[in-house]
Amino acid sequence: MTIFEFLFPPGSFDIFLNIIIILIKIAVVIGVVMLHVAYATYFERKVIGRMQVRMGPMEVGPHGLLQPIADMLKLFFKEDIIPEKADKTVFYIAPLISLMAALSSLAVIPFYEGFVVANINVGLLFILAMSSLGSYGIILSGWASNSKYAFLGGLRSSAQVISYEIAMGLSLVGVMMMAGSMNLSEIVKAQAEYPAGIYAIPQILGFFVFVVAAIAETNRAPFDLPEAESELVAGYFVEYSGMRFALFYAAEYIGMIIMGCLAAACFLGGWTVPKYILAILPFLKYVPGIVWFVMKVYFVIFFYYWIRATLPRYRYDQLMAIGWKLLIPLALANILFTGVIKIMVE
Amino acid sequence: MVEFFFGFFAIMILFCSVMVVMSRNAIHSVLWMLVMFFHVAGVYLMLNAEFLAATQIIVYAGAILVLFLFVIMLLNLREEMNIEQLIDGWPAGLSLAVAMLVVLILALGSFSVKPWGQWSIEVVEKTTQTKALGKVLYTEYLLPFEIASLVLLVAIIGAVVLAKKKLKS
Amino acid sequence: MPGTYLPSNYLPVFIFLVVAIAFGLGALLIGAIFRIRRPYKEKLMPYESGIDPVGEPRVRFSIRFYIIAMLFVVFDVEAIFLYPWAVVFDKIGLYAFVEMVIFIFILLVGYLYAWKKEAFTWE
Repeated sequence: MTIFEFLFPPGSFDIFLNIIIILIKIAVVIGVVMLHVAYATYFERKVIGRMQVRMGPMEVGPHGLLQPIADMLKLFFKEDIIPEKADKTVFYIAPLISLMAALSSLAVIPFYEGFVVANINVGLLFILAMSSLGSYGIILSGWASNSKYAFLGGLRSSAQVISYEIAMGLSLVGVMMMAGSMNLSEIVKAQAEYPAGIYAIPQILGFFVFVVAAIAETNRAPFDLPEAESELVAGYFVEYSGMRFALFYAAEYIGMIIMGCLAAACFLGGWTVPKYILAILPFLKYVPGIVWFVMKVYFVIFFYYWIRATLPRYRYDQLMAIGWKLLIPLALANILFTGVIKIMVE
Repeated sequence: MVEFFFGFFAIMILFCSVMVVMSRNAIHSVLWMLVMFFHVAGVYLMLNAEFLAATQIIVYAGAILVLFLFVIMLLNLREEMNIEQLIDGWPAGLSLAVAMLVVLILALGSFSVKPWGQWSIEVVEKTTQTKALGKVLYTEYLLPFEIASLVLLVAIIGAVVLAKKKLKS
Repeated sequence: MPGTYLPSNYLPVFIFLVVAIAFGLGALLIGAIFRIRRPYKEKLMPYESGIDPVGEPRVRFSIRFYIIAMLFVVFDVEAIFLYPWAVVFDKIGLYAFVEMVIFIFILLVGYLYAWKKEAFTWE
């Protein structure tokens, strides 16, 4: 046996090839999503600017199109300040946990038919697990910064995130009941078979709970209390600067994109179009699935910005009351409702 | 390949567990435990128990460990961190650990591979573990499942009662 | 080898986790090459609206946060019980539905108790 055969036993070539294909897929997904993160910030400033009768960024490039790139370059050169008496290890790790939790959820998102990095049976649970890890980044950064604002912000934010996590998990139970699966690709396929085409129609209650919980889960307005700039300056990441700040910022936007993808796949039909629409407008079937999926995600993200420009911020007691006293009972009612209807139909 | 992954997960679990007890800082202990839970989830995956692996992360890493973090912050363990030794009497601890090890080694002899029951690897893989678990849990093990809700009820009431005095003041 | 199983469709997840961490570390590394570093005492102080920090930063906080975390654990476990139920709901039908109604009802008692004791009310 030569050394070559020892290092690469028969069949190992297939494994290597497989790993390389996976790596390419991951690189494509991360690359495209990071580009979207950069331009989501631009899109947000433009949309909110227009809604407030302003122009938004206009200086860098035509219509400010190069603004996100300028912002990114600036963050690379920013000084990395670590406050005195901070717990250095935890301070370093916290943004990494946030980013890892947000990014790895992308592994199970079916972008179009057959394109998913990891086609696992518990895809939906995997996303819930990863979003539950997001609270570590928040609470640890608040604790490690050794600053009152950061500590209070982290505490509030983690309590908020865990409260709404339950509502989000429960709101998806109705979808699981209808699809009989937790694999996101299969949920999309089951939706295409369903007469209404999208689960947002029969699961309207679940969809409502999901959207509200998703906004709170990603700490966006009107639930952006932890970063309430007027009282807590920026909440848990007030002491972060430079690239570490950028990681938190990226994690927040990736979280929004994940929620958009989840809403698209579980409630809005993923890469498919309802059959009755195809019956009226048959030429639509030539539009590739990825376009539908991306359009649905963009719509959800636009909805995020729309709400931010429209609604005032809630108080903390109102926020906890909405999570515990409104959304959880609604989600439970939705589960019972779905169960009753399913049994009646059969 | 199986042995390689199992060895990796086993060594990481042992290493992280040792780090959990060795860390002076309680928050660092929690972080090591988080890493450990991920590797335990990996072992569950190798047992074809994907639902349990996800549950391991959602419940243990995502909920119970967060509760630990809250408790550590509530206690504000600043002074205790500088104490040389948290607990006295290592001889007692060592003898307990050795006794435990002896019991485990003695128990190893009783392990044996029995023939497969109804749920073999292929069957579970075909029906997916979540469905297999659901079918068994909500039919055969109905009573334990309903009792679990009573245990959870006790937990809710316990949490509220324990903190009730503080709430009023 | 009988009884062993390699979850090959989880390999991408494993690789994705490694790549995600590497991506974060890589971004920090690039930042470490370019950024300047000129610390001085005032800059390293924790931010407190521009004045010197007063007292301990890790303040004691309300016990309500602890109750919320505790209730979160309970409801998270409840949700976990719902997932396999939802997936096999088609197969078991009415039987499964009735038992889950009992399960939720028992927990609803605890939920209403916590509500009554104002565990969800912040002042």
